[in-house]
Amino acid sequence: MPEGLQQGAQQILANGVPISWYLILSAVLFTLGVAGFLFRRSIITVFMCIELMLNAVNLSFVAFSNMHRQVGGHIFTFFVMVVAAAEAAVGLAIILTVFKNRGTLNIDEVSSLKN
Amino acid sequence: MQNLWIIPALPFLGFLINGIFGRTLSKALVSAIAVASVVLSFGWVLKVFFTAGDLGANPISEHYFTWIRSGVFEVGWDFAVDKLTMIMLMIVTGIGSLIHIYATGYMAHEGGYYRFFAYLNLFMFFMLMLVLAANYLLLFVGWEGVGLCSYLLIGFYFLKKSATTAGNKAFIVNRVGDFGFSLAMFLIAVNFGSLSFDKVLQAAPGKPAGTLTTIALLLLVGACGKSAQIPLYVWLPDAMEGPTPVSALIHAATMVTAGVYMCTRSAPIFTHAPIAMETVAVIGLATAVFAATIGLTQYDIKKVFAYSTVSQLGYMFLGVGVGAFSAGIWHLMTHAFFKALLFLGAGSVIHACHGEQDMRHMGGLKKYAPHTCWTLAVASLAISGFPLTSGFFSKDAILGAAYTHAPWMFWVGVVTAGMTAFYVWRAFWMTFWGEYKGHGHPHESPMSMLGPLMVLAVLSAVGGWLFNVPKILENMFPVQEVEGEMTLTMISVAFGLGGIALSYYMYVVNRELPAKITSSLGWLYTLVYNKYFVDEVYDATIVSPTVTGSRVFLWQAADQGVIDGLVNGVGREARGIGGWLRRLQSGNIRSYATWVVVGAVGLLILMSLAYGMQGGGAR
Repeated sequence: MPEGLQQGAQQILANGVPISWYLILSAVLFTLGVAGFLFRRSIITVFMCIELMLNAVNLSFVAFSNMHRQVGGHIFTFFVMVVAAAEAAVGLAIILTVFKNRGTLNIDEVSSLKN
Repeated sequence: MQNLWIIPALPFLGFLINGIFGRTLSKALVSAIAVASVVLSFGWVLKVFFTAGDLGANPISEHYFTWIRSGVFEVGWDFAVDKLTMIMLMIVTGIGSLIHIYATGYMAHEGGYYRFFAYLNLFMFFMLMLVLAANYLLLFVGWEGVGLCSYLLIGFYFLKKSATTAGNKAFIVNRVGDFGFSLAMFLIAVNFGSLSFDKVLQAAPGKPAGTLTTIALLLLVGACGKSAQIPLYVWLPDAMEGPTPVSALIHAATMVTAGVYMCTRSAPIFTHAPIAMETVAVIGLATAVFAATIGLTQYDIKKVFAYSTVSQLGYMFLGVGVGAFSAGIWHLMTHAFFKALLFLGAGSVIHACHGEQDMRHMGGLKKYAPHTCWTLAVASLAISGFPLTSGFFSKDAILGAAYTHAPWMFWVGVVTAGMTAFYVWRAFWMTFWGEYKGHGHPHESPMSMLGPLMVLAVLSAVGGWLFNVPKILENMFPVQEVEGEMTLTMISVAFGLGGIALSYYMYVVNRELPAKITSSLGWLYTLVYNKYFVDEVYDATIVSPTVTGSRVFLWQAADQGVIDGLVNGVGREARGIGGWLRRLQSGNIRSYATWVVVGAVGLLILMSLAYGMQGGGAR
């Protein structure tokens, strides 16, 4: 094992995972979600990216909650999960209807909001 | 308590009923309401007259409510009746009643019957307010009100362009006068702290002459507008576009004399402002001559009488200006008799000739309309100052006073009297003598029109010595003795008779003569015939610049350029910005998302920058 990694492993064993790691992971997940949201064409994928962003935020909530030893972050997480579940139900229903009516899931072809 | 308020309230009630329900009422009912309201009002005036006792010693004064109160300044809704007011009340309601009766016959075949009588009643209301008012402001209410009714009635045939234009002209020219009157009222309020006649007129002698002169001159401006004196007389001849009873009531007998009444009412102010008095006299005299010369040349019968009215009003102002206030009021009264009669007679003539107003197309009506003929003859004698007719006394009183003041005024006045006799009798001969030159068959007017004519004829004949106004008003305006009165009377009568004789010679005996004279006079005749081109001069110097200025500057530059430009500019800019922002609304979900992300990143950067500036290690 390289020297640094070993030191890190020891630190983790002594103090637990540092908060920055969680936050970095959360940021990476969130960025992935944003990128997917912006660049993918399939509505399903876009939808999944939204979920990814939500969960990235959840992760940072939980991390902060753990760090401050306060329960607020957990509560927020549950809220977000509830909303995400509801949103998933509605969102999937919309996607189904869009597909039924238009026969496509390409997001660029669904642009009737324009007019 | 004499309940003076009933006098104007009755015509107002008539106005309300006819104005609101007139459309659905029958003509008979409309005229009954209109006539009854004025006749009852006349009755109430008589009742007040007989029960009030000596008005000279104990004038009636009634306070109804306080209208305006501001500190010590107070204006009340007050009516007052002294002898002067009583004379005016008698004239207004008496002549008003006669003309209302006449109008029921004259207007019988006209459209807008109820509207006509509603306006006429409204006029009576305002005129009575004007006369009864015990302060300047209430007088001004009536003053403006009669102006409004005058405008409405001149433009009564509103489908006729010339009628509406004439109405506008009357209204606008009167604005100039009213502006002066308003300024006079402000000055009075500032200097006297009150507008009521009692206080102002009592305090007037103690005020500096400069103040009084300014007030008097401004009041004169107001009077010039309402009473059609130089330079504001131009609206009155055009006002003849209105129905003839209106010309008789408003533009001859009552409203146009309001200026004379107002000056007489303000006599204490005027008598302590000699310069203003002199101005009044000169303006009156100038108007009298000027209008009389125009009257010599006109062919429209109503225009002749209109210029005659302007000229006679000039006489009244001459009387006021030389200090013979009661003579002015006397002439006001007799003029109301004979000029109302002249106009009503002219209306009867026009009626007989099926609406023809040009005297060249009349003639020979003596045979067809005998009653109109003899009543008009009486009126013409009266206005010419024929001995013992009403006009003789009042004109003589004014001319006598003018002689005492300045003999040259007497001579100008006397020449004017000669011209007056000439043009009135010229109209008479052209209408009633010779052969009928018009179209259709002329016919005599109905009894409802002839009745008032006859009553007025009697009044024109005997009204002068029956109502000796200077004697009645003796305690208000002491009568001045005139030296050599007999001689002066003889001279003025001679001029009057000379005028009549000359007109008889020119229009009955030698009918070729007028044409010869006019052609030999050339440009002078053209000048007078076209009323000295005063309308054209006013048009070029005042009306056109105003209209052009309004059109170019106020309308096109200020209104369309600045105001519209501002409003439209704001709209156009909003549309432009909106059009630019609209590009964001592509409908493409991913572009929306991009903007959201860009916004979020932007916020993050901002927040971190702000946090950085607060000084990193806040924690």
